[in-house]
Amino acid sequence: MKPAAFAYHRPASVDEALEILHAHGSDAKPLAGGQSLIPAMNFRLARPGVLVDLNRVTELDFVRRDDRGEIHCGAMTRQRTLEHHTDVIRGAPLLAETMPSVAHAQIRNRGTLGGSAAHADPAAEIPAVLLALDARFIVRGREGTRSVSAERFFTGLFQTALAPGELLVEVVCPPPPPRSGWAFLEVARRHGDYALAGVAAVVTLDERGRCADSRITLLGVGEGPVLAARARKALKGEPPTPAALREAAQAAAAKDVDPPGDIHASSAYRRQLVGVLTRRALAAAFERASAGAGDATKR
Amino acid sequence: MPERYVGARVRRSEDERLLTGRALFVDDVQLDGQLHAAFVRSEHAHGRLRDVDVSAARRRPGVISVITAADLGDYWRPGPLLVPPPPIPGLIFHTCTQVPLVRDKVRHVGEPIAMIVAQSRYVAEDALADVVVDIEPLPAVVDLEAAMAAGAARVHEHLASNLAAHVVQRTGDYDAARAAAHRVIRRRFRYDRGLSAAIENRCVVAQWDARAEELTIWDTTQAPIPIRNGLAARLGLLESQVRVIAPFVGGGFGPKIMMHYPEEVLIPWIAMQLGRPVKWTEDRQENFFATTQERGQVHDAELAVAQDGRILGIRDVFLHDTGAYDPYGLTVPINSQCTLLGPYDVPAYDTEFTAVFTNKPIVTPVRGAGRQHGVFVMERLLDLAARELGLDRLEIRRRNYLSRDRFPYDHHILFQDSAPLVYDSGDYAPALEEAAKLIGYHHFLHEEQPRARAAGRHVGLGIVSYIEGTGIGPYEGARVTVEPSGQVRVATGVGTQGQGHFTAFAQIVADVLAVRIEHVHVVTGDTREFNWGTGTFASRGAVVAGTACHAAATAVRTKVFDLASRLLETPPEGLELVGGAVRVVGSDRSIDLGALAAQANPLRGAVRPGTEPGLEATAYYGPDRGSTASGVHAMIVEVDPETAMVTIQKYVVVHDCGRLINPMLVEGQIHGGVAHGIGNAFYEQLMWDDNGQLQNASLMDYLLPTATEVPPIVIGHRETPSPLSPIGLKGVGEAGCIPTGAAFAQAVEDALADFHVEITEIPLSPDRLFQLLQRTPPQRRNQVIVEGSYVFRLPRAVVWDALQDPAVLVRALPGGMALEQQGEASYHGAMRVGIGPVTAAEFTVRVTLLDREPPQRFAMVVDGHSGLGFTRGTAQVSLEEDAAGTVMRYRAELQVGGRIAGVGQRVLDTAAKLMTRQGLELVHRELAGRRTGEASA
Ligand SMILES: Cc1cc2nc3c(=O)[nH]c(=O)nc-3n(C[C@H](O)[C@H](O)[C@H](O)COP(=O)(O)OP(=O)(O)OC[C@H]3O[C@@H](n4cnc5c(N)ncnc54)[C@H](O)[C@@H]3O)c2cc1C
Repeated sequence: MKPAAFAYHRPASVDEALEILHAHGSDAKPLAGGQSLIPAMNFRLARPGVLVDLNRVTELDFVRRDDRGEIHCGAMTRQRTLEHHTDVIRGAPLLAETMPSVAHAQIRNRGTLGGSAAHADPAAEIPAVLLALDARFIVRGREGTRSVSAERFFTGLFQTALAPGELLVEVVCPPPPPRSGWAFLEVARRHGDYALAGVAAVVTLDERGRCADSRITLLGVGEGPVLAARARKALKGEPPTPAALREAAQAAAAKDVDPPGDIHASSAYRRQLVGVLTRRALAAAFERASAGAGDATKR
Repeated sequence: MPERYVGARVRRSEDERLLTGRALFVDDVQLDGQLHAAFVRSEHAHGRLRDVDVSAARRRPGVISVITAADLGDYWRPGPLLVPPPPIPGLIFHTCTQVPLVRDKVRHVGEPIAMIVAQSRYVAEDALADVVVDIEPLPAVVDLEAAMAAGAARVHEHLASNLAAHVVQRTGDYDAARAAAHRVIRRRFRYDRGLSAAIENRCVVAQWDARAEELTIWDTTQAPIPIRNGLAARLGLLESQVRVIAPFVGGGFGPKIMMHYPEEVLIPWIAMQLGRPVKWTEDRQENFFATTQERGQVHDAELAVAQDGRILGIRDVFLHDTGAYDPYGLTVPINSQCTLLGPYDVPAYDTEFTAVFTNKPIVTPVRGAGRQHGVFVMERLLDLAARELGLDRLEIRRRNYLSRDRFPYDHHILFQDSAPLVYDSGDYAPALEEAAKLIGYHHFLHEEQPRARAAGRHVGLGIVSYIEGTGIGPYEGARVTVEPSGQVRVATGVGTQGQGHFTAFAQIVADVLAVRIEHVHVVTGDTREFNWGTGTFASRGAVVAGTACHAAATAVRTKVFDLASRLLETPPEGLELVGGAVRVVGSDRSIDLGALAAQANPLRGAVRPGTEPGLEATAYYGPDRGSTASGVHAMIVEVDPETAMVTIQKYVVVHDCGRLINPMLVEGQIHGGVAHGIGNAFYEQLMWDDNGQLQNASLMDYLLPTATEVPPIVIGHRETPSPLSPIGLKGVGEAGCIPTGAAFAQAVEDALADFHVEITEIPLSPDRLFQLLQRTPPQRRNQVIVEGSYVFRLPRAVVWDALQDPAVLVRALPGGMALEQQGEASYHGAMRVGIGPVTAAEFTVRVTLLDREPPQRFAMVVDGHSGLGFTRGTAQVSLEEDAAGTVMRYRAELQVGGRIAGVGQRVLDTAAKLMTRQGLELVHRELAGRRTGEASA
């Protein structure tokens, strides 16, 4: 389990990193926390000829809350930081709350926000949460910077809108709207494993206590994080009664996904988990929404 | 300093070295000019080895040597039969032991085919991809029952079938018991085990000193002395020319026994050939194939029981998976057979097993060594009987225990060590009462559980008994020396893998010689220090080597008294040992042990005739048979029936291993064992597909329990000293994991009582539990299946022609680069696959079209091969005309082998569907010029 030979660069700035990436084309890979890339290299599944280590690119390691309450996180923000940073806890609480489900503390100390997003593992928590939060992805190439919505960023199995030579530099999470609530739930074999199935839910109530909108995302059950459109539709305008939640959960399980089967869980079992977890996550999210937890100013 | 060390919670003396990183492990050995080996291993489970081409590997810069079976000459020899089967009448046993490198046929995935020695492990691994191995695949023998069916492929073709062994043991008259029974309970049970998963994998370093004509081998073995003896014989050296050192070893658990593994045999040989030191360190991926493991048994068992719950008899017929070779004889299945009887009075026992060769890695004992299989069958039968008879779970056990006055108790069958299965001692009922008390049995059943049920929560309790045959012979030895400094040295031959031997042996010797434990220095696992003995296995280290240490120390003590008696002019009865000195009782006249040692080894004068110089003695202990440890495990679980997830809330172990040397060490063994057992019950399972490919060959998918899955464990100690050992010892190494599966099954069943789930198999997984809750039959996941249909808005004849055209077909292959027609319906080419972390793996492909019925249907076989392994897709394709154009229906089965099979399963399904869809879309685009199509799947 030794990697194949590779060249190694350690730039100090994004510009420098982009130059090196450009020079080597698709043979080059950025190295962030290395928690996915290095194991893949040791198995020789990945054989990049050139590694561009981002760990000295300090400009990518930041968390900032702007005056609109949006949370800006640099791509090299460690997952451990997302878990403990007060701005994230206050401004993107779903993201902070989900972190303990991502691997183990030791891995979160190295693993980064950008690495997880760029890796786009279908069972990863961070992509699903960013999709539920409707986050924006700031992508830089030699030609300039663009902003990509979460729905467009995750394009498939381990695939994103990033082109070779581009870097994900920042993720922006909008603040929770008033009367919103959220929850994250997953079933993993062991603590810290990739989940068999999981759900991130953000729900918003209208003044009358009905569901104004919901963004329910599912992980581990598709090519990437799945935005549960049927469940969203089923909930819209409904009061969050147990029956309504059950129906939405049923819609998510039956219509929003066609889960894969693998050695750990059959497709049928994953479908069952989607239904159960969606129902439970929605109940928790609506409870928070009605308790006013989503009102960021109150916290 | 406690009055006595034995029995006290003495801190481990080895821990400082271990925790500060100063302990030497084999991989720490770095020698001048050291080279590194890597092994080319079979990607197929079963196949004929047609050719191995190593020429490119030999040319790679940095490669020193590449060895195949042909290069070994006379050194190529199958390994030894380590444990000949016991003399059971009518026993059949076929010896087929592992070979150093495959010569003609591969028999399991990972079997070594060639060895590469290079400047570094990196270069050696680069060179693995240079070797071209040509294997003609044969049908793999995987399932035990299928293996024994007529016409099954044979793992060893010189045998008539895959039967490796057949053993029948009988005591009492089972048929009569059955006829007299109130109920007969019959079930099929499956029990599967897994890896030892030691934290340190195997490692071998060998150095040949041509001047001294001495071979030194550092080896992570549990049994350095048998390895030395075996290698000396193989290499044609004197035993004294070979030194095997097993330094600190990070866990053994059985598979590091005296295996004479291929690597263990080849590294010393190549080091001698090259005249340079060579190291091989097993990596985690290799460990899944290259190290022995334990696996499944299928039991058809029945219990004849009286109305009052008394066992009248048991009949059990089982199949045992022995893997591709059987160098360890029948230890595992005989343990299952014997341990099934547990602490119970079973007047009639009729037991029969068939060991079966399969195309899987070798099975040898892993902590528990088949005992848990037997315990599971027995305890489940008792649970079922209790339910049918309306008896309490504790009561049915109580009624069947052998009472304290029945020992020694002879079961009249033979144990794995060839000795009669005789229990030396035991006291079972009090252990059950204590466990029931510690787990809160009555409170749970009458209060907690009803309360939880009322609140919609599903909690359950499991409580089971077991015995463990421990401390078997043949023997171990020890040498105890008092140095003139007063320090005491102890040398013994067993290897040590973290158990705390340094502490336990020192405790025993310190007590006998009345010295401080800090002054006792233990060495073990170095054949230069002590070269008689067998090794650490079967929960015997403390019992057998510990008793030998006691005997040697006692002999030294006699010498101490003899010499001191002369010097102090006092008869030995008037002397005592205190604080490192011999003292005349009731006086202040004394001599330090050190001074006495100096006197015993004078530079002038004479050592008196009939005495030996020094204060040193060597002694051996060889028990006729083992001692029987016992215990009870209990646990409380909560099950979420909606998600099928189980959490263990409380775990209790009451254990009796005779006299405790050190309760802390015993607890450590139990904690580790329980973790191993919990892994076995709910997390760990080696998942083989029908082609003998392991589908979870990494610790990402082979789920070892971690600290977050293992609950705190409450331990109650009981001490029923063994009459066999002068210090009353019994073993404890395996106890923690033996009854865990049985307790888990009972607890989960209890929690799910409302759902009437019956658990007759371990391991469970949530996936399997979900099936049980849904009442669906067990589903083995073997292949990825991709099904669908696709509509081309084109006439069928056009679609047909296009699909037979290599220019179009190449489009359907992901990253298809080129495809050339080779035969009438056969194409050869290359494709490049890149999904996520897999960057552009290049596959050579062969596409064959079969069963062509133009223009309606055909079958397509796509074989791909790359450095990552191989794939074989078999697709059935049909074309139908309809109003829209042509409907193509397809059903493809995908098999994978090699690394993709071992580490890629999590995304295989999704990736296969994705690639099929993309391929069809590309074909569609290719045909788009001819008009438009649309997807319907
Ligand atoms: C034992 C273990 C358990 C784990 N469990 C989980 C889990 O439960 N859930 C989970 O989600 N993850 C899990 N992970 C993965 C972990 O969270 C990784 O940290 C994460 O997936 C990748 O982040 P990284 O910073 O380590 O990225 P790396 O491994 O360094 O990189 C991953 C990929 O992203 C690319 N990349 C990195 N940064 C950028 C960038 N800024 N722009 C463009 N491309 C970039 C790299 O080139 C590479 O292809 C686990 C890992 C381990 C080792």
